[in-house]
Amino acid sequence: MSVALATHELTKDFSVGFWRKRPYRALDRLTLEVREGEVFGFLGPNGAGKTTTLKLLMQLVFPTGGRAEIFGRPLGDLAVKRRIGYLPENPYFYDHLTAEELLMYFGALFGYDAAERRRRAGHMLDQVGIGSERRLQLRKFSKGMVQRVGIAQALLNDPDLVIFDEPMSGLDPLGRRDVRALVLGLRDRGCTVVFSSHVLSDAEALCSRVAILARGRLVANGGLHEILAFEATGWEMVVAGIPASQVPSAAAGIRRVVPIGDGRYAFDLALDPPPERLLADLAASGARLVSLNPIRPTLEDLFVEQVTSPAAMAPRQGGS
Amino acid sequence: MKSIAAIAVNVFRESVRDKVLYNLVLFAILMMGASYLLGQLTAGQDVKIVKDLGLSAISVFGLFIAVFIGIGLVSKEVERRSVYSLLPKPIHRYQLILGKYAGLTLTLVVNVLIMTLAFYAVLLYSAWGINPIVQSAWDAPALDPALLRAIVLILVELLLLTSVALFFSTFSTPMLSAALTFGIFLVGHFSTDLRNFGQVVDSPAAARVARGLYWVVPNLGQFDVKSQVVHGQPVPFGYMALTAGYAALYTAMLLTMAVFIFSRRDFK
Repeated sequence: MSVALATHELTKDFSVGFWRKRPYRALDRLTLEVREGEVFGFLGPNGAGKTTTLKLLMQLVFPTGGRAEIFGRPLGDLAVKRRIGYLPENPYFYDHLTAEELLMYFGALFGYDAAERRRRAGHMLDQVGIGSERRLQLRKFSKGMVQRVGIAQALLNDPDLVIFDEPMSGLDPLGRRDVRALVLGLRDRGCTVVFSSHVLSDAEALCSRVAILARGRLVANGGLHEILAFEATGWEMVVAGIPASQVPSAAAGIRRVVPIGDGRYAFDLALDPPPERLLADLAASGARLVSLNPIRPTLEDLFVEQVTSPAAMAPRQGGS
Repeated sequence: MKSIAAIAVNVFRESVRDKVLYNLVLFAILMMGASYLLGQLTAGQDVKIVKDLGLSAISVFGLFIAVFIGIGLVSKEVERRSVYSLLPKPIHRYQLILGKYAGLTLTLVVNVLIMTLAFYAVLLYSAWGINPIVQSAWDAPALDPALLRAIVLILVELLLLTSVALFFSTFSTPMLSAALTFGIFLVGHFSTDLRNFGQVVDSPAAARVARGLYWVVPNLGQFDVKSQVVHGQPVPFGYMALTAGYAALYTAMLLTMAVFIFSRRDFK
């Protein structure tokens, strides 16, 4: 599979301080690749360097060191820009334009003729669920509607690479579901999608690969199956209808028992011995099984582990 | 070129939907109307008053339009982050600057045209029914086409000031850009005084600063031919061409610097 996007030692320092300027390293020698056709997630806490990376790729900021390529060409190449769609974080557009006019305007920047602009604008606004509001000025739009318009403008040119910075921001649950479906639809038609997010469940549901950034550094990078061990590390069992006096706490394999209420208890069990024996004993004393699930590390566990690791917590260049 | 045109059309559309613009044009027209009333208080000078105040209204309100819309062209785009969606489109940064300038040029031309029509309407009304013998004693006829020469130079000056506003807005806030542009307007109109400043002050340092400003700040006094046309004195075509050439050079220089700064700027 060919490479859609690659960064090599990409570094960005900003100057901070009013009188005495000092460098602040927002991104530290980032090297990674995104392959064509995959959904790639950029994860990390606030200030990790996710938005800086995406802005570097869009040439909204220029690197202090290193380089990046998109479709094998240097950044800024107009032929490559034609193949990219970008949604900035918390997008903002022109107050006095309507959603339709905005898309027509951006369509003109891609060189489409008037009929094509109108067709694409109408189609994309339909896709993101902007109906009759398309003829309202954007200043009257809610945050979620502006976000939808932002997504529509990013997809206006039918791009081969889509870069979304926090695409779920400002959306209600229905909107988030729509965006998830949209990302999967893009993937299915061969489009490469790169997005940053705080919402790990989105990344888990959508991404084939992720990169985790912390304090400007890459701390994990790879396929979800590679970086997450999918073997179970234990069991979580919930039972009901058991008298408090008969709750076992010291039996083999029980790590912890948590009363939930209404006679229900959650058992945190080791992987070994298997839970069938304990379940049979509990059933004999009148307990009823509510649920039994294997415990697997989640992306969230990995995320917390990585962003709090000593390597990730090391100070940035410039001492801040 | 298509991208520059698309950006220019968008600037024009944004401008004509801005209430500030309508208020400014309305005030300019009201001022021209008021000049008619003021002219009635003077003996035999009424048309001169209308001409003088009318041309001043076009100049002052044109300046407000150039500054208030000009400073917003780039700095508001950056401040409100709309530039984040715009720059990733297949355009170069210089095209954004040139498109913005072309859009405001279009806005200014249309607005100066509207103010000119209103100005001539007030002049027509002022001269209505006045005895032709009285009219023949005036320095220049009421509907003097030479007034257009003054208006063209006002427009050229406004286009230069737009490039000043655009230049400042590529690296500073809207408020600071406005203040600096008004500052350039004021200093530019006292350019000759700056040159001769050394003769009226004792401080050599102050004289040097004034002389430095004289060389850097555009000499806007050259664009002001209001009193000549009002008093029926000729404004030669050669003078107009030279002045317009000076403005074109100065504007090109400012736009080049604006492009240079904007092309290297980080949008954090």
